[in-house]
Amino acid sequence: MPSVMLASTALILDRLVGTHFFNPAEGGDVLLWQHLFWFFGHPEVYLIFIPGLGFLSTLIATYARRPVFGYPAMVLALIATAFLAFGLWVHHMFATPLPELGKSFFTAVSLLIAVPSAVQIFCWLVTLATGRLWFTSAMLFALAFFVILVLGGMTGLMLGMVPLDLQLHDTYFVVAHLHYVLIGGAVFPLFGAIYHWYPKFTGRLMSERLGRWHFWLFFIGFNVTFFPMHLLGMKGMPRRVYTYAEGLGWDRLNLTATLGALLLAAGVLLFVVNAWRSRRDGAPAGDDPWRAGTLEWATSSPPNAGNFVAPPVVHGIEPQWQPPRQPSQVRGLALDKREVLVTSVLDAEPDHRLVFPTPSIWPFAGALATTVLFIGSIFTPWAAVWGLVPVAVALTAWFWPKPRDTGPSVALERAP
Amino acid sequence: MSLVQSLLHNEPALQQRRAAQQRVREDGAALDVSALPSFGFGHRSILWWATVGLMAIESTVFALAIVAYFYLRSQSTLWPPTEAPPLWRWGTLNTVVLALSLLPNWWAKQRAEALDRRGVRIGLTLCMLCSLVFLAVRGFEFGALNCRWDSSAYGSIVWMLLGLHTLHLITDTWDSGVLTVLAFTGPFELKRYVDVSENALYWYFVVFSWLPIYAVIYAAPRAW
Repeated sequence: MPSVMLASTALILDRLVGTHFFNPAEGGDVLLWQHLFWFFGHPEVYLIFIPGLGFLSTLIATYARRPVFGYPAMVLALIATAFLAFGLWVHHMFATPLPELGKSFFTAVSLLIAVPSAVQIFCWLVTLATGRLWFTSAMLFALAFFVILVLGGMTGLMLGMVPLDLQLHDTYFVVAHLHYVLIGGAVFPLFGAIYHWYPKFTGRLMSERLGRWHFWLFFIGFNVTFFPMHLLGMKGMPRRVYTYAEGLGWDRLNLTATLGALLLAAGVLLFVVNAWRSRRDGAPAGDDPWRAGTLEWATSSPPNAGNFVAPPVVHGIEPQWQPPRQPSQVRGLALDKREVLVTSVLDAEPDHRLVFPTPSIWPFAGALATTVLFIGSIFTPWAAVWGLVPVAVALTAWFWPKPRDTGPSVALERAP
Repeated sequence: MSLVQSLLHNEPALQQRRAAQQRVREDGAALDVSALPSFGFGHRSILWWATVGLMAIESTVFALAIVAYFYLRSQSTLWPPTEAPPLWRWGTLNTVVLALSLLPNWWAKQRAEALDRRGVRIGLTLCMLCSLVFLAVRGFEFGALNCRWDSSAYGSIVWMLLGLHTLHLITDTWDSGVLTVLAFTGPFELKRYVDVSENALYWYFVVFSWLPIYAVIYAAPRAW
């Protein structure tokens, strides 16, 4: 994010006030933009995955009915991915005139990312192999991840090599790769997560029969749409061009992809129908339809405001699967104030009580003022100057203690 | 247990906290937290984490701007291309002012952690005086850069570096100003001492991040 902030600021300054960051005529450099953009852009791809990986670990543990194997290894693998992610942005720039030796370094790091990814995948596979599997719709989407993402990861290794990338750069092969990675890594787990948590936030189950139809239409439709794009790319079809001449050998594969897209769309339509209908007509879910291990299944579906009457004390990662232990709940927080418990970071030891302020209009005013500032700054640099005033006013007013909050809060205060 | 270790320099607070937690643990099936304090300094506070997050993002912005500076320099045979390097005078003076401002800032932080309202008022007021001086000197710094932002890529990146840091001087002045006014007018709950203490952390960041930027703007055009 810092990188795209700096790059966008430089770009808009070039456009509005005549700076020369990216203007070669005055000593600027267009590749500087690419460096800054991809230094943000590649780690951002992993950022898209992270919720998906969390979904998967939850789904797999629940439907394999055992805690995820190798939890510390999974966490370390995630940290390793986050670390390596900052060292491979140049693999998006292999077609630019950079030193070849430097490119080899970025190839090496790009291939290295396969190691932590494999650690995670094998941990999940061991969990599956040693668990008792329950093939719900949510689980089907979780399992499809392995097929789709691994295929996308493999084409990623291919694209990480400079000679092959120069051949495939800006072709449909890249389009196929990124859809396998992103839809496999983010969308399949997301659908699984919706089937999994829908009963928690509505109190009703989604139809499993429609869920299966959705899954198979989506899975088959996805592959029929995007697999041919690998071949199209190798036959030289460029991406980012919406049309192509007849008779270049691309017609049949493109038609196949279009038919696949229809299947895929039909699957998503079934999902929408399922989600809409199940709101009222779905079977009542109860508190814990999947007999899952995590805390959200200990409260009602849908949960009351505040989730629990008294905050529960958690003694492990899957408290629902562990024998009850004392103490079981937190007492001593104000019931009529927004008082929360702040704990230590690693061991979650109770540390202090903190009273949050009551709702006010100021965060919304701050968001509005920020929006006006940024939209205005597209047109004039002065928007970035004068626009800061309402932002500062709104944020300060948000912060400034209100009498209705300070009175009750002072009564609860206690120095360490 | 990691947090207990960090509290070891403050033995009475540690004892009190241990006693409070012990009472909590022995009190039956429910975990009674009513005896816990209502705020904590340093990494016990959620404000500390927010400030550290902001510092992580902003120091990356500074680092990337410095990288961009040297990247653009590597594309140029002459650096600065045609302009004279910035005058030493105002930038160096400001470095001294910023370094001196560390003293009232450190003292305000100490007084805040001692829950001393009068000390906080004095410390923050001294900090505000420093702010006025370094913002004024910063104005002269812009005037002594010997380049315009639209003269060349060199001018653009120098203005970017100085502009980014100035933005932080302004936000730091504003934040501290709001806290100064609050320290005089109230309502000043005990948790506001945490605000003062963590705001001082941000002040440290703004001062220390200036040193590499100062070196780049003023020394790099003369270095070789």
